[in-house]
Amino acid sequence: MNPELTDQTKKKIEEIASHYATKDAALLPVLHLVQREKGFISQQEEKEVADLLNIKPIKVKEVVTFYTMFNQEQVGKYHIQVCSNLSCSLLGADSLIEHLKSKLGIGVGETTSDKKFTLKTVECLGACEQAPCMMVNFDYFGNLDREKIDNILDSLE
Amino acid sequence: MADKILTEHFGLENLFKIGVYMKNKGYEAVKKVLSEKKPDEILAEVKAANLRGRGGAGFPAGVKWGFVPKDIEKSKYLCVNADEGEPGTFKDRYIMTHNPHLLIEGIIITSFCVGIHTAFIYIRGEYEAVALRLEQAISEAYDKGFLGKDILGTRFKLDVYVHRGAGAYICGEETALLESLEGKRGNPRLKPPFPASIGLFGCPTVINNVETISNIPSIVLNGATWFCQMGLPKDGGTRIFGVSGLVKKPGIYELPVGTNLKEIIVQHAGGMKDGKKMKAVIPGGMSAPILTEEEIDINMDFDSLVEAKSMLGSAAIIVIDEETSMLDVLMRVTKFYSHESCGQCTPCRIGNSWINKIVKRISDGNGKRGDLDKIIQLANNMLGKTLCPLGDAAAMPVMSIIQKFREELESYIPLGN
Repeated sequence: MNPELTDQTKKKIEEIASHYATKDAALLPVLHLVQREKGFISQQEEKEVADLLNIKPIKVKEVVTFYTMFNQEQVGKYHIQVCSNLSCSLLGADSLIEHLKSKLGIGVGETTSDKKFTLKTVECLGACEQAPCMMVNFDYFGNLDREKIDNILDSLE
Repeated sequence: MADKILTEHFGLENLFKIGVYMKNKGYEAVKKVLSEKKPDEILAEVKAANLRGRGGAGFPAGVKWGFVPKDIEKSKYLCVNADEGEPGTFKDRYIMTHNPHLLIEGIIITSFCVGIHTAFIYIRGEYEAVALRLEQAISEAYDKGFLGKDILGTRFKLDVYVHRGAGAYICGEETALLESLEGKRGNPRLKPPFPASIGLFGCPTVINNVETISNIPSIVLNGATWFCQMGLPKDGGTRIFGVSGLVKKPGIYELPVGTNLKEIIVQHAGGMKDGKKMKAVIPGGMSAPILTEEEIDINMDFDSLVEAKSMLGSAAIIVIDEETSMLDVLMRVTKFYSHESCGQCTPCRIGNSWINKIVKRISDGNGKRGDLDKIIQLANNMLGKTLCPLGDAAAMPVMSIIQKFREELESYIPLGN
């Protein structure tokens, strides 16, 4: 069992909910908040959030499973998301993904055994002028090549 | 007078801070509007400016605002669409990062004009740093009395909130955006009713793109005539063209509406990378039908692109060179739509996934004669047969790629298959 959400988080949830005409409208920002605290959204958090917003747990699950940014299981400390859309692939995203796979020793969608890295491919990140690009957690890295990726990975503790 | 509206001051250090913004005519338009103008006058000016929606559909902003009922007891809302999910598009990120107060100023004027007291900026979840920048700017605007209960002592009140999405292309579609803002899956709504009458929380709602709203302050300050002269009489102002793909200088270029596509690619974006030959160009985000190299001598405005059977969309230009296989392009396009279909309408949910499977089969070397026709048939079954424009947005580029590069695509299908 994960520990419950902290009182501070619960207070923040109330504050966010006050921005909307109905409390349940705060679901997306609240899930972002919970994910930030817990790393992912388990069934337990789905239930807690449902209780806090006075909605049924299934409503929370519907949303968690619809939006790709909500993690339903633990991801690594560094969540690497490489854009595989058109502008990035025109500039070599595929070969960078292969490089990351062999460097990390995992496939796309997998996490290293030390739980340090998760590798995923994503659709357009909205940074096509810096193609090929990727995100590590919420940090953007653009104009990538193999050497740059090596340096980024080396800099991550 | 400067030839740029949105990026004119981008070179200034710390433009995102309210002090620097105000030293450069920032919030002058809000002051003018709140002290001198009536909502009707602003609406007439924006209508006359022929400011067409910068998100992709190109609907005139003033006309959209005019659809909102005037004397109604319900709350009204403004939702700024900062979802920016159309592949190839990154212009709004630049506006919000470098010039967030311009957007906020546009929000204040729009809200005053339509009688709105709550505005949301719906920003894609990945843009976390941009969302923080916006929140900082909003907080500065409250401190200076441009937002809040009694704006500049006029009793006009307005609250602005940033709402982050969570990775779903469909939420850029306006009714899916509303669903998402209400805390639900981003399934588009049936229209009518249109959001102007029944939108967020069942209330009248204006939904405009970031770039559209950011044009409002300059229209108020300089007038509709000036705005039309900046662009075209029926399609005023500038566009921020985002160029990516195989060019020397990818980036944003703010140029008059109607600037020639070839000029944008060759003169502004530096021409082709590594001296390669151009093969094709997507002129308005991935949903726009593709143009061949012979077709790019064209003016970048809504009407000219429609005439060329493509679309200006979000003005995101993706440039493809001679060495790129069009089968790879088709693969990326179809993979994207099959991933992003919300699943609500059968033709789009099943159609996109079948199309992608057929393209994958061809790509694996197992294509069959007739596969391309089958794809066209499936695409035809999506066109106009879905609740929202995603079905069309998926069908159009696929059909155009097959139509214009059929010979090459057929060459990937083994003879005898």
